[in-house]
Amino acid sequence: MNAISVRKIAKTYAGKPPILALKDISFDVKKGELFGLIGPDGSGKTSLFRILTTVLLADAGTAQVEGLDVVKDFKKIRTMVGYMPGKFSLYQDLSVEENLTFFANVFNTSIEENYHLIKDIYVQIAPFKDRKAGKLSGGMKQKLALCCALIHKPKVLFLDEPTTGVDPVSRSEFWEMLKKLKPEGITILVSTPYMDEAVLCDRIAMMQEGKILSIDTPQLIVAQYDKPLYAIKASNNYLLLQTLRQDPLVDSCYMFGEFLHLRPKGDIALLMKGLNASCSQIEPSIEDCFIELMKLS
Amino acid sequence: MTLKYLLQKEFLQISRDKTILKMIVALPVIQLLILPWAATFEQHNIALSVVDRDHSTYSQVLIQKIVSSGFFLLTDYSNSYDKAIQSIERNESDLLLEIPPEFENNFVREQKTDLMISVNAVNGQKAGLGSSYLAQIIGEYNKDIVINHSPEAITTFKNIESDFYFKYNQEMNYLNYMVPGVLVMLLTLVGGMLSALNIVKEKEIGTIEQINVTPVSKGTFILAKLIPFWVIGLFILSIGMLIAWIIYGLVPAGSFFTIYLFAFVYLVAFSGLGLLISTYSNTQQQAMFVAYFLLIIFFLLSGLFTPISSMPNWVQIVTRFNPVRYFIEVIRLVYMKGASLTYILPQLGCILAFAVVFNTWAIVNYKKTS
Repeated sequence: MNAISVRKIAKTYAGKPPILALKDISFDVKKGELFGLIGPDGSGKTSLFRILTTVLLADAGTAQVEGLDVVKDFKKIRTMVGYMPGKFSLYQDLSVEENLTFFANVFNTSIEENYHLIKDIYVQIAPFKDRKAGKLSGGMKQKLALCCALIHKPKVLFLDEPTTGVDPVSRSEFWEMLKKLKPEGITILVSTPYMDEAVLCDRIAMMQEGKILSIDTPQLIVAQYDKPLYAIKASNNYLLLQTLRQDPLVDSCYMFGEFLHLRPKGDIALLMKGLNASCSQIEPSIEDCFIELMKLS
Repeated sequence: MTLKYLLQKEFLQISRDKTILKMIVALPVIQLLILPWAATFEQHNIALSVVDRDHSTYSQVLIQKIVSSGFFLLTDYSNSYDKAIQSIERNESDLLLEIPPEFENNFVREQKTDLMISVNAVNGQKAGLGSSYLAQIIGEYNKDIVINHSPEAITTFKNIESDFYFKYNQEMNYLNYMVPGVLVMLLTLVGGMLSALNIVKEKEIGTIEQINVTPVSKGTFILAKLIPFWVIGLFILSIGMLIAWIIYGLVPAGSFFTIYLFAFVYLVAFSGLGLLISTYSNTQQQAMFVAYFLLIIFFLLSGLFTPISSMPNWVQIVTRFNPVRYFIEVIRLVYMKGASLTYILPQLGCILAFAVVFNTWAIVNYKKTS
């Protein structure tokens, strides 16, 4: 049995014009897997989370969490999943400790009972346990929210953009913590708009405009990118980009940090002739794959 | 079990909110100290201009009598109407009494004379009460001089004397019925406004999103939201009654049990209204605006400031749909008349109906929207 199984889920928000959030989404998440939903803002990640955590009804399709239907068995699901919404949703006027105690209590458990689960994270915020949650820094808030979502030892953990708006150090710390949860056998569904975090997942689903473009391990997704890719740099990248895009020998070319990433149709040497730019072949990243998939769809 | 933890959390949050805490104490104190005095129906200090064109003993006695009644302040005393009317135009006086020349002579010789009263009717209540006070004083004065002038008239003077006995409020002190009314206002604010804001706050800040994905049921969640306001409401009522006793010496003639029982049902009804408002609002600002709008209408149509019986017929019918009206009626009955529980059962029934309607509507709507 899969921890999460989604079949042909669709959701449209009423309005003028209606907003299509999810279109025929299907995928499975295995038990104990760290599964990532990767996609830009507005790709439907949060809607999917809200359907799976039973707070939003889908228009069509079915979904199961731990073998339980999200519509019929929503009460049971709510006792066994942990949810961390994208927006900080703990009580800002309660202290760190009060928040944690409260969420332990409403799940009929106590901090002591599952302390081993949150120990590594909690020791980092323990010095501030009497501070109001609203007065914590962004990274600390995320850690507290993760603690609150974990305190009842959920079978499935839903993390909706847990690292958005968090500094790079806290981000990598956060992913370290997720890795440490692996031995506990907790299934984790995490969403992120950051491509660099995708490689840290066991498997990822790339989402765009309510559709899944591709599902696989990050390594296989990269491996499927079978054409040569080059990084190019010139003194005026923008001018170079303009020129290259006009060139019939160029398949695709886009800005990528301080470089231009280029995929030629034919021989790269022929293309580079006469251009005053440095060029080297590179391994594609997840982001390159995503851009490629977006073009295909 | 869960309810206990939720209540713990609610009270913890309320105790953190310094503004709410201060308001819980300050609200009854300030409202009860100031409002009953402001909401008086009696008129004192009515500014009066007198144009005396007679300058006789009679006119002097009349002016003396008017001033000593305590209702009027003599703002100016002149001998031309034009001068006096200016003071009305400048809003310096509310009433103008003109005593014509030959006032005394006409009275003695022809047994008949005229007086003219001009009223500044911008403030309708002041104008109405002022002119009727003045007419009453002149009537008494008239009787006095008739008797003085010809003592034999006592026997021939045909008159019906009325004496008043104000039952349940012997000194006819308006404070006796204003103060209990203000107590109702307090409960309404806590029950309707605070509860609406509290629930919407969870929506606005987003904490409800987290609570929804826990085993906490909606019913328990709502109950935990409302119970604190029932407790606070009854607490404020107690402070209010204490102040009414200390400052105004008012103690209910009826039983405290009747008041508390009615207040409790009333709080359930109004917290239901608060809940209803919160299901229709997404921000505290929206909820505040709707609650404020409703409460103003409820207060003005409650009979607190103006008697319902003096409203037009159709407005009187509208007031039947106003829960505040029933509690104002009941608390006055209990405070002044000592009404028993059985006596106020009809009103209790009405409030109970409001409680059922508001809460059911709110719960149905709450389920629909989420």
